[in-house]
Parts: sequence; C-alpha cells; structure tokens
Amino acid sequence: MSKMTLKTEGDTQLIVTRHFTAPPEAVYRAHTDPKLIQKWLLGPEGWTMPVCINEARPGGKFRYEWTNRKGGGFHITGEYVELEPYSRIVHIERMHLPDPTPDNHIETRFEADGAGTLMTMRMTLPDGKTRAAMLATGMERGMGASYDRLAEFLMSLSARGMERGAGES
Amino acid sequence: MYGLDAAFSALADPTRRAILARLAKGEATVNELAEPFEMTQPAISQHLKVLEDAGLIVRRVEGTKRPRRLSNTGIEAMDQWLAMLRKALETNYDRLDGVLEGMEKQEMEKHKKGKKR
Repeated sequence: MSKMTLKTEGDTQLIVTRHFTAPPEAVYRAHTDPKLIQKWLLGPEGWTMPVCINEARPGGKFRYEWTNRKGGGFHITGEYVELEPYSRIVHIERMHLPDPTPDNHIETRFEADGAGTLMTMRMTLPDGKTRAAMLATGMERGMGASYDRLAEFLMSLSARGMERGAGES
Repeated sequence: MYGLDAAFSALADPTRRAILARLAKGEATVNELAEPFEMTQPAISQHLKVLEDAGLIVRRVEGTKRPRRLSNTGIEAMDQWLAMLRKALETNYDRLDGVLEGMEKQEMEKHKKGKKR
C-alpha cells in the first residue's frame, strides 16, 4: 500500500498525506480521543503507549509516553492551539529524549475525499537544522523493529563497498 | 569486514544520524556541524571520525578547513533511514485503518440497537 506520502517543503516543513476510507469525523476522533490514540500511535511492533493524557481543547495539554518494555522509552508533550471539529487541529509538540527537542508546530487537516478522508499533516520546524535533526532523531521508535532491516541493508552496502574498494574517498 | 559493524554502530547514535542529516543538505565544516548540537568541537570531531571510519562521510582539504560531505554510502544510508521513518509512520496509519473499521462497526451496532427500541 502506498497511500501515504511524506515530503519536505522549503527548509522547515514536512508534509504527510494519507487517505482513509472512514469519514472525517471518525478520523478526527481517532486523533483526539486518548482511548483511540493508544490503539494506533505506536510505531513499530512491540511498542505500547502506557500513558496517554489528552485534553483536546484550545490550550489543552497532552502527554504521550511510549515504551518497548526492554528499557527503551521516550515521551512527547504538547499543547493544542486550535481545534475545529472535524476538520482541523493545530498543536505544538516536542519530544523528550530526554532533553526537549525544539517545538514542532503541526497543522492537521481532515477533508472529505469521496466517502473517505484525506488527511494532510503539515509540520513546521523552527529552522532547517532542526528539521534535519528531527528526521534523524525523531521517531526514535522507528529504529526498534527496523534494526534487522538496517543490518540487512548495511550488509548489502558492505558487499558493494568491498566491490568498490576504497576508491570512493 | 568492510564497514558493516562500523556503519551499524555509526547509525545507531542519534547525534551521528543528525550529523548525516545535516550533511545531506550539503558540505559543512566542523564548526558548522557543532553549532546545532551544542557540543564541543572535540566531541563533534569524535563523531565525525566514527562516521568517516564507517565510510559514511568524506573530507576535503580547503586551506586550514576540512569540510565534510556524505559519501555515496552515506547518501544511501540516509535514504534508507528516511525509508524507515516512512515505514514507522505507515505502520501507524495501517493500524489506524483497523481502529477506524472497529469504530464503524460499533456505530452500526448502536444504530441496530437504536432501531430495536
């Protein structure tokens, strides 16, 4: 399935789009109801979100804590700026690794798209360096289940590297 | 074995991935690289050495400066890293599809019960 798109825009933005077959009201609820958020905002297999505090109102705060039950974990805190049921959410968040990352301003739009929904999430980072750092450190949980694939990939690089020799540098 | 262990541990560190991400935007000096991380130059230099030994970055001599850039291997590694981030996001949204399906079923149940009353 390649329903999702992920692209950078300008120096500081990152845009994710995804189509859902459910109507905007349901997709919006799944983004704001902590009981629903806990079911899907988890990253790779093996991660859970034992703490999901979410005050979905302008000025309301949220806190998500993830763990892989193997000593790995981190959390995100944030504040809601605007909420327009069921079409738009504006919020600010930062990751604690454990030091807080610079604020990420995120606008999420839910538009009717046929019988379903087109979600467009626009993240704006303070500057290009922060965006680069976020892409590198962000979604740290993305690593957990992917280490195997990374190892495989590096194995293939290594094979090619041997073919190439040190000619590159 | 060329680079495997070195590249693996090089990429396992978030600061080093951030350095690679910065270099993906273009060549940079040690000073430029040290700036966003609030790290000392020797600390950054140490990370750069790890990345260099792993074959992910290369250096150029320009007067007293030694600007670093991604090697071809480094470029591929960053592409792969971004693909992993994409995969983590996709996994979330695939799971959300399931949650939405469950919500729809619940709604239908409610309607059925509502009609009976």
